[in-house]
Amino acid sequence: MSKYMIPANLAVSDTGFLFMPATGETFTLNEIGRKIFKLLQTGNSEDQVVKDICENYDIDAGTCRKDLDDFVGQLKNYSLLNEL
Amino acid sequence: MKIALTGLNATDNPGPGVPVARSLKEAPSLNSDVIGFIYDTLEPGVYMENIASKSYLIPYPSSGLDNLFQRIEAIHSKEKLDFIIPNLDSELPGFIRLEPRLNELGIKMFLPTTEQFNMRAKDKLFNFCSAHNIKVPKNVLINSLQDLYSSQKEFQYPVVVKGIFYDAYIANNFEEVQSAFDKMSHKWGLPIIIQEHIKGNEYNVVALGDGTGRTVGAVPMRKTYITDKGKGWAGISIDDKNLMQISHKVIEAMKWRSGCELEFIKSATTNEFYLLEINPRFPAWVYLATAAGQNLPGALIKLALKENVETFKSYKVGTMFIRSSWDLITDINVFEKFTVNGEL
Repeated sequence: MSKYMIPANLAVSDTGFLFMPATGETFTLNEIGRKIFKLLQTGNSEDQVVKDICENYDIDAGTCRKDLDDFVGQLKNYSLLNEL
Repeated sequence: MKIALTGLNATDNPGPGVPVARSLKEAPSLNSDVIGFIYDTLEPGVYMENIASKSYLIPYPSSGLDNLFQRIEAIHSKEKLDFIIPNLDSELPGFIRLEPRLNELGIKMFLPTTEQFNMRAKDKLFNFCSAHNIKVPKNVLINSLQDLYSSQKEFQYPVVVKGIFYDAYIANNFEEVQSAFDKMSHKWGLPIIIQEHIKGNEYNVVALGDGTGRTVGAVPMRKTYITDKGKGWAGISIDDKNLMQISHKVIEAMKWRSGCELEFIKSATTNEFYLLEINPRFPAWVYLATAAGQNLPGALIKLALKENVETFKSYKVGTMFIRSSWDLITDINVFEKFTVNGEL
């Protein structure tokens, strides 16, 4: 059950705009990305994220898990998320 | 205070004159009046509002330093200049040599020494960095066609082929190296530098050294938009402690005196910074540092006046610049006046 933390210096705004001060890179999250990022940021595991999303959106757990894996992979790739 | 400066060529390959002028005008207590020293009648800075109160054509240093000195002397007799900031690499050796004569006229400058200027030259940088444990791409100096052929085994493709003063090409095989060698040796002379190609993102630092090894101020930036000439058209101030540490180390080791720009590449494979170049003057994006809280051109003037200049402690991370293209409109009579009289 993976848990994550965001890099200490990553600036995250409520609009879903992310700024990496060390590299000057910026990223934008859409509404669902913002929600997932917030859930991961506050210490929820991937299982908890899938549960939360499935409760609030019209999606089955299998599809949600697959999409979440892709999304987390992208976040890790851009160093926006570190595994605890 | 009357400050003359060069580099008002705000073109697609911009000189630093306009952002330096803009910074000086915003420096508290300087009360600066900027005089443009112009090499070409179409330098846009001449025609921009609120940059230079007066502009004068001056001869290139390559036409002879006595010519240049006499022209400055004539301008000085009218304008009573306090200070000159030469902003272009190619004119710096000439101005360094003229410094004692200009000082005698009462005109101050704040320049690197000839030794410092030479130490950071493209053909010397590798040795400087190696001696001070600063990472730098491997390079080979090519002084002849024979060197080029005999050095083939010393590098792996792709490589960066650089002219001694300007220009750089990425070459993927020996034929491309030969072609770049021909172009650049004709244009810039020898040696040509063949440099290891490090894959990664470019980072730049603008800094001011006081000549004792102290970095008075420094702001790092990542280019966020790069033109096809490799020039940053937009950028953002960043916060990277490693980058700043290396920059301070360079300034300290050289005891750099004046403004400069350090160009780095961060290896995509090792995340280490490699120093690519040290430009011996402020870059064209120096106003970003001013906007972020470090007015380095203003501080340079104060250093030259031997005022106490505190080290800048911080700057605003996330300050951005976006360059723009804007058509200035003027009348043929204005252009005529400048062309004929050499002043405007």
